[in-house]
Amino acid sequence: MKEILAFIQKEFWHIFRDRKTTLIVLVMPVVQIVLFGFAISTEVHNAVVDVVGDISDPVVQRIVNRIDVNEYLELGRILNSTSEVEARIRKGKSTAAVCFEDGFDKALTAEGKATVSIISDGADPNTAQMVTSYVSGVISSEQLSISTRTAGGGGATMRPNVQLMYNPAMNSSYNFVPGVMGLILMLICSMMTSVSIVKEKELGTLELVLVSPVKPFWIILSKLIPYLVLSAVNFISVLLLAVFVMDVPVNGSIALLSLVALIFVGSSLGLGLLVSVISSTQQTAMLLCGMGLTMPTMMLSGLIFPCESMPVALQIFSDIIPAKWFIIMVKKIMIQGAGISSIIKELTVLTGMMVFLLWFSIKKFRTRL
Amino acid sequence: MEANEKTVVIRGLVKRFGNFTAVDHISFEVSKGEIFGFLGANGAGKTTAIRILCGLSVPTSGEGTVAGFSIKNQQESIKKHIGYMSQKFSLYSDLKVWENIELFGGIYGLSDKQIKEKISSMLKALSMEDARDMFVRDMPLGWKQKLAFSIAMVHDPQIVFLDEPTGGVDPVTRRNFWEMIYEAASRGVTVFVTTHYMDEAEYCDRVSIMVDGRIEALGSPSQLKMQYGAVNMDEVFTKIAGRPGKQQ
Amino acid sequence: MDDRIAIKVEGICKSYKATRALQDINLEIKSGELFGLIGPDGAGKTSLFRILTTLSLADSGKASVEGKDVVENYADIRRTIGYMPGHFALYQDLSVEENLKFYATVFGTSVEENYDTIKEIYSQIEMFKDRRARDLSGGMKQKLALCCALVHKPEVLFLDEPTTGVDAVSRREFWAMLARIKASGVTIFVSTPYMDEAGLCDRIALILNGKIIGQGSPEEIRSRYPYKIYAARGENMFNILKTLRPLDGVVQCSSFGCECHVSVSEDGPGEGELLSVLDAAGINGCTIEPIEAGIEDCFIGLS
Repeated sequence: MKEILAFIQKEFWHIFRDRKTTLIVLVMPVVQIVLFGFAISTEVHNAVVDVVGDISDPVVQRIVNRIDVNEYLELGRILNSTSEVEARIRKGKSTAAVCFEDGFDKALTAEGKATVSIISDGADPNTAQMVTSYVSGVISSEQLSISTRTAGGGGATMRPNVQLMYNPAMNSSYNFVPGVMGLILMLICSMMTSVSIVKEKELGTLELVLVSPVKPFWIILSKLIPYLVLSAVNFISVLLLAVFVMDVPVNGSIALLSLVALIFVGSSLGLGLLVSVISSTQQTAMLLCGMGLTMPTMMLSGLIFPCESMPVALQIFSDIIPAKWFIIMVKKIMIQGAGISSIIKELTVLTGMMVFLLWFSIKKFRTRL
Repeated sequence: MEANEKTVVIRGLVKRFGNFTAVDHISFEVSKGEIFGFLGANGAGKTTAIRILCGLSVPTSGEGTVAGFSIKNQQESIKKHIGYMSQKFSLYSDLKVWENIELFGGIYGLSDKQIKEKISSMLKALSMEDARDMFVRDMPLGWKQKLAFSIAMVHDPQIVFLDEPTGGVDPVTRRNFWEMIYEAASRGVTVFVTTHYMDEAEYCDRVSIMVDGRIEALGSPSQLKMQYGAVNMDEVFTKIAGRPGKQQ
Repeated sequence: MDDRIAIKVEGICKSYKATRALQDINLEIKSGELFGLIGPDGAGKTSLFRILTTLSLADSGKASVEGKDVVENYADIRRTIGYMPGHFALYQDLSVEENLKFYATVFGTSVEENYDTIKEIYSQIEMFKDRRARDLSGGMKQKLALCCALVHKPEVLFLDEPTTGVDAVSRREFWAMLARIKASGVTIFVSTPYMDEAGLCDRIALILNGKIIGQGSPEEIRSRYPYKIYAARGENMFNILKTLRPLDGVVQCSSFGCECHVSVSEDGPGEGELLSVLDAAGINGCTIEPIEAGIEDCFIGLS
């Protein structure tokens, strides 16, 4: 037992004597939360929207008014033809334009349908998508009020009949807090563990420790425990930040959330151990963790792109990423307030992953070099 | 050896790191075509001094020129006109022999035509024509060492710095390597070399021994042996660097 | 020194992909002996050490330490040996004292318990016990690494290139320490690339390209040298070498410090002949005298 304690103590010395490591471990979670929360916010504010069409047309005028008062959109110029739109967008003077056909109101009342098109800057697809959906939202709310007014008269449609997924609050912190939590736990557990083991390989100290009478299993355990402790600290700090700074609620049980996090940390430690078995230099370990674990986690876990919109092959691939299951569960527990019964499938998958990864990497971790 | 042509002139060189003086007022000259042995115990300041001479570090005070360029403000020119080879041989083991030559030729700013000529002349001089397409990692140690030495001189520098070039190398390879050094020196290249093998110190034209940042002894091996009443350089070194209390 | 065998190596072979690191190695090291494995980098020294310290497995052959097989009884061996890998396996960000305490604990003992074993060496670096290992000089690192390997009173001590990259003075001090450790009854198996350290061992094995090219006591190996050997001294060593090497009957001609060692076969030239050849080539003022072969001469001769 004394041997293990000496090991763990030494591991903490390594972490806290290297200012960079300490910084990464303790400050990174805060920085990430702040970064995602404020700087990389996916919300759109005051996007300039130009209008092409006959401003004297009553329906057009009502829509323009709605754009003007919308808190996310700002009315740009009223243009005479669509040919001016491109130049304005290219110069960055506006982000989108709404083009109404001539005689819009007449077409709407007479034929029951009228054409409106939205042009936006595809160079920035995220913003474009966002702005387009705001504008379509504005149009369809107008459509709704026309329909209500002409109710019984067969209704009126405006083309395109944009389908809308509109979240008026668009609170992106609901999305990123679980994601960042997954990312941080993953980084701390996999990268730090693997780098600390590989560093000892490079230094030759692992050689010396391995020839000691201490069983390799205990060596592994004493490498994992410090990072388990650190991830607990990070888990708590991210949670506190989320609740008190980002106003993200914890609707479900904290105990369940902690259990889920523990299982995820276990599987990440297993991954870290696996990386340390494969790599012989710190650079390889870093690259493997950075490119091999973190990038797919960001891309495939639904942190940036929703999994549903990915090709089927990638969706299947994303299933083998532990972070995906963790993020789904955290969302369910924190935001929907789900209990254990509704996450049982995800929980089983993640637990299975953890058991496999730990078993496999400990088996692979050789008693010899 | 043209006695009045100096490749290295160093006057009162000092390098401090905070309170620690790594190099403490050292002065020496090295003539063209001379083999100059730069010896000292671990931590005596050898590496720091060499870094300054190679233009990798700026001295705290002192003056000096290497290959005619000032160590204070012409570091970039120094780097272009010297060759450097370390214990690790600094070759790319995953590149082929000719690729290594091409790479370093390119780094030292040779033209494509010059590089082409260098590749063929160097391979010929090393009798490695058949090894042209061999990966450096597959070569025997002795070949690697010779190749590294030739590559360090791919741009025909006036002076070449060799930092423990023979550490851990077998006796035969080590001797062959020194014969290459002699040949280079006889062509007028100045050779500045550090080593832990005291028998190699005997091969140098002149030797300096650094202790605690200062040059404690400087002269030809035979002069030093006479001065310290020693039969070989090993004894000279022990007498100078091994005085009690000097280490810490 | 008794006649018990401390380390036995029988027909050990080891390959890494295409490289044959060790080829049929056979060694017997007696209890209480200071045995040197001498050879250049890449000769296979570290591979052999790793097999004997149970860190890697041989492809074929058998080896035992203190009668325990390195494969079957590896856990027992790990308790009885001390190992100092190349490049001093120290935690750079831990202090001298912390390193020592850590290794003591890991090997199931404490510094206090075995202080006597390391006292002599540790007392030389104890004044720097709060200094981080990375800030130590080469000689001090070496001493600390030796303390760490000795702290659990091992019966057999494996030292893999303990003097590489360390200056001549520290090297000499280190060998003096080894002699004292040996006197306390510890078997020492040490590897080195420095030929001049061979004379300090009881027995040695010369290793090159994975093969043992000679073994025995240093005197035995030297007496087995088959040629007469002369030392030539003169102003220009390079010219002497070039002049003498092509002569008939000169087997080997290499520089050794300030002299040139010329090995000649039975019917080869004698002192007088060599001198006259040098004179004829215009190299004057040389002296030539017969000498005894050194280990380095033997190594060159055997390689």
